[in-house]
Amino acid sequence: MKAAGMTARRQNLVSCHNCHLLCDAPVPVEKQVACCPRCGSTLHSRKPNSLMRTWALVFAAVILYLPANLLPITITSAIGVTQTDTIISGVIYFLHSGMVPIALVIFIASVFVPLMKLLILIYLLISVQRRSRRRLVDRTRLYRLTELVGRWSMVDVYVVTILVALVKLGAVARVDAGPATPYFAGVVIITMFAAESFDPRLIWDVMEDDE
Amino acid sequence: MSLSELIACHECDLLTRLPELPPGGCAHCPRCGCLLQRDRPNSIEKTLALSFAGLVLFIAAVSFPFLAMKAGGFEQHSNLLTGVWLLLEQKMVLLAMVVLLTCVLFPLAGILGLLYVLLPLHFGRRLPRAEVVFRLVSHLQPWSMMEVFMLGILVSLVKLGHLAEVIPGISLWAFAVLIFVLAAQAAVLDPHQVWERLEALR
Ligand SMILES: [Zn+2]
Ligand SMILES: [Zn+2]
Repeated sequence: MKAAGMTARRQNLVSCHNCHLLCDAPVPVEKQVACCPRCGSTLHSRKPNSLMRTWALVFAAVILYLPANLLPITITSAIGVTQTDTIISGVIYFLHSGMVPIALVIFIASVFVPLMKLLILIYLLISVQRRSRRRLVDRTRLYRLTELVGRWSMVDVYVVTILVALVKLGAVARVDAGPATPYFAGVVIITMFAAESFDPRLIWDVMEDDE
Repeated sequence: MSLSELIACHECDLLTRLPELPPGGCAHCPRCGCLLQRDRPNSIEKTLALSFAGLVLFIAAVSFPFLAMKAGGFEQHSNLLTGVWLLLEQKMVLLAMVVLLTCVLFPLAGILGLLYVLLPLHFGRRLPRAEVVFRLVSHLQPWSMMEVFMLGILVSLVKLGHLAEVIPGISLWAFAVLIFVLAAQAAVLDPHQVWERLEALR
């Protein structure tokens, strides 16, 4: 009983996504959306087209992930010497100069987190589509994690913008944003949207079909 | 049993009866462990106080330079807005928009939106469209990233250290405090309570 439980959907109830008010499930009327009586959000039992949308966004992010990591993210000119850096070469540079904590921050935020997030979302999508009954709680936790950490990937975008804005010291030094920057910002923003469009309730829906 | 005693977990859809919460206590979903509700005493008043503090700090953080850098007789200051302006001048419209939205406009809209909803609510009133504003505030919250920007400033500080002399600006301190204030604000805000009070005043 505890594992299966009674869900709102089974009781013909809908919980508002925004204010969590429990309402009677709206009777579907053509070309009309039901709105939450308290906050006005559109009511739906599950996020509409959650799987398709998330897949599309994950694919888009995977495609952008390549140029984001392969193209240079900064172009530094100092005292006549021009140097281009990708995210990874930046990390390696920090490692060589002994700034291990900074190297770790950039590596985790810019390389590891976006990749993990995409892999986790792909795993969640596939496991939901295969109607897996295993590790429901762990998978919900994984989802919560992707929602929580995604924003920190933005740090490299900010570092680039700060460098560009700040290093304008005439002939001495300047930093320009490399072609990877918009791709990288795209990866972060699109994966955030992807995590938002995934509905964790789909993980648990398989329990209802048992009975 | 009436519907108001029940709550559906927003991560697994399980229907649960909400227990009477002890002061400061919280209820978790028995099935997936997601936080259902936390008792936050004086939530509205605390959030209001933190929002006012946040507004003052925000103005300071945005208008003063956060870093200054000196090299070869040149000196360059930058605050958030001039930084965005410099990006625009270099035709990086997309990046400028991302920074402007996530570090200036969304956080500001979040603070002002909360004040718009909560200040009248404290006096038992509601302004027109308060529920639309409050809904927007909760949608914008994940997109306001000042704490990430702060980390960006710290990384840049270290990164620039070998190029030139870098001087942390006043706004860096305002930034640092603001991040704690915003985190505290998110922790004391009880959306459930706000929705109930808004509904009662309709
Ligand atoms: Zn609602
Ligand atoms: Zn749950």
